[in-house]
Amino acid sequence: MSGPQRQAEEFEAALDPTATAPPPSSARGSGSGRSLLIAVLSTVLVFAALGFLAVNAPGWDRVRNAFLDGENFTESAPGIIAKFGTNIALFLIAEVLILGFALVIAVLRSLPGPVFFPLRLLATIYADLFRALPGVLVIYVLGFGIPGLRMPGVPNDPFFWGVVALTLLYSAYVSEVYRAGIESVHPSQAAAARSLGLSQLQALRYVVLPQAIRRVIPPLLNDFIGLQKDTVLVSFIGVVEIFRQTQIRQQATFNFTPYLVTALVFLAVTIPLARLTDWLVARERDRRYAATVQAGSRSARRGRLLGFGR
Amino acid sequence: MSAATEPMEPMERQRNGTALEVQGLWKSFGQLPVLRGIDLRMAEHEIVAVIGASGSGKSTLLRCINLTEPIDAGRIAVEGEEITADGVDVDRIRRRIGIVFQAFNLFPHMSVLENVTLAPRKVLRLSPADADARATELLERFGLADKRHDYPDRLSGGQQQRVAIVRALAMQPDLLLLDEVTSALDPELVAEVLNVIRELAASGMTMILATHEMGFARDIASRVVFLDQGRVLEEGPPEQIFRNPQEPRTREFLQRIIDAGRLEATE
Repeated sequence: MSGPQRQAEEFEAALDPTATAPPPSSARGSGSGRSLLIAVLSTVLVFAALGFLAVNAPGWDRVRNAFLDGENFTESAPGIIAKFGTNIALFLIAEVLILGFALVIAVLRSLPGPVFFPLRLLATIYADLFRALPGVLVIYVLGFGIPGLRMPGVPNDPFFWGVVALTLLYSAYVSEVYRAGIESVHPSQAAAARSLGLSQLQALRYVVLPQAIRRVIPPLLNDFIGLQKDTVLVSFIGVVEIFRQTQIRQQATFNFTPYLVTALVFLAVTIPLARLTDWLVARERDRRYAATVQAGSRSARRGRLLGFGR
Repeated sequence: MSAATEPMEPMERQRNGTALEVQGLWKSFGQLPVLRGIDLRMAEHEIVAVIGASGSGKSTLLRCINLTEPIDAGRIAVEGEEITADGVDVDRIRRRIGIVFQAFNLFPHMSVLENVTLAPRKVLRLSPADADARATELLERFGLADKRHDYPDRLSGGQQQRVAIVRALAMQPDLLLLDEVTSALDPELVAEVLNVIRELAASGMTMILATHEMGFARDIASRVVFLDQGRVLEEGPPEQIFRNPQEPRTREFLQRIIDAGRLEATE
C-alpha cells in the first residue's frame, strides 16, 4: 500500500463517526460487572476485618453473653414486638396531626403584609421555641406537668400527652420544611394565578401548595424517620411501648439481648423508609433533569435504589 | 357612566367605546422612576403595540394596568370604571384584564385542560362541565385540542405560550395584555404564537402588546406607542411611526432594530 493512499484511509477513518464512537454496550456491560465484583469483594473484606477485630477483643465472650443470647432472644422477641404496636399508633396519630398543624404554621408564616404580623410573630415564636427545646424536656413537662395541675376535664393519659408532645416538637421542624417548599415555588406562579383573578388564598391553595408539597415529600419522609425513632421517648412518662417493654425484659433477665430485638425491629422499619426517601429524591432530580433534557434515565435510577452508582 | 360589573358576559355589556384610559401614571421601584406620567387612551377593538428599548417601562406599564404592580400616581379606567380607585376589588378587575407573560408561567402540576379551567371554575364558579366545554372550544380553535391532557413540560415553548393565551382567554377578558410573549421562544416557534394573536386581532379582541417584533407590530397594530425612559415619546399609526418617525430617539431606536435585522428597512 502506498503512503498517500494509507494517509487518505486514515483521514477517512478519522471522519467516520463510528470509528470514534464509544465502545459497544457489551464492553461497557462487562466493565460495570467488574466494578460490582470489586464492590462486593471490598465490602466482604472490610466487614470480615471488623468482625475479626470484635471477635478477638479481650471482652468478646462477656459481650456475646450479655447481648447475643439466642435463647433470651427467642423468648423476648414476641412480647417486645407486640408492644411495637403502641409505637406505630403513636407514630401514625402524631404524623397525621403534624402534617396538618405544621402546614397551618407554615402558611401563617408565609402570609404577607403588616396586618398578619401578630400571626407571623406567634408562628415564628412557636417554631423557634420547639426547635430549641430538647424533646425529652417537652415530653416531661407535658406528660407530668399538665396532669399534675389536676384541672377538671384535662386528660392525664400519658399516651395522649405523648402524642401532643411529639406533634408540637415535630410540627416545628416540619413547618420549616413546608415553608422552604412554599418559598421554592417561583413568585411568577402566584403572579400568574393572581392575574387570572384568583384570590391570594386560592393561589396558595391551588397553585403554590400543590407544587410546594410535592417538592418537600423527601425531606418530610426524613423527618418521619426521626419521628418513628423518637416515639421511644414517650416511655419516659410511663407509656409502656417497645422501649419500656425492652427495659422491663432486660431487668427481668439480667441480659441485654432484648435491646438487640428492639434494634432489629427499628432497622426493619426505618431502613426501607430511608431507601424510599432516597429513591424519591433521585426520582425528583431525574424528573427535573428530564424536564429540561426531555430524556429519562431510568436505568440509572434503578441502581440508585440500592445506593450503587454514586 | 355605565360601569360594568358583570364579568361573565362581556359582549352584552353597555359599551361606551373607550376600552382603556390611563392618565398621568407614575411608578417607581425604590428610587428608580420607571413610568413617568404615562397617558394612553384605547378604543374598543384597538390593538396598541408598545415598543421601546429594554428598561423603557413596557412590561411595567402592562403590569400596572393589570394591577399586578401598585401605582404611585395617576388613574386607570377600564370601560369607564376607574380600577385604581380606593376600595376596588382587585380580583374582580383582574379577571376582566387578561395578561400573558414572556415566560408563559403555566402551572406545571396541572394538565393543559386544568390550567385553562382553573380560573373559570374557581373564580367564575363555572361547573366543571361548562369550564371544560369552554376550554375545549378554545383549545380546538387554536389547534391544541390533542394536547388537552398533556402536562406543560411535554409541550414546546410555542405550544406552552399558546396554552397561556388560551388560559387568559378562558376568562373572557375585555382587554388582553401580551407582555413580550415571543421573546422567550426559539425563532422557529415565534410564528405559531403570532398567528394566534393575528386571529385574536381578526376577532376584534382589544389588545396591548409589548413587543420586539417590529414587523409584526407594523402589520397588526392599529396604533404604535414608543416608550422612552418611562414616557410616551411618540405615538401614531404604524406607517407613521415606522416610516416617518418624528422624534430623533424614535429614529435612533428603529435604526438599531433595522441594523439588528429585526425589521426590513423601509424605503
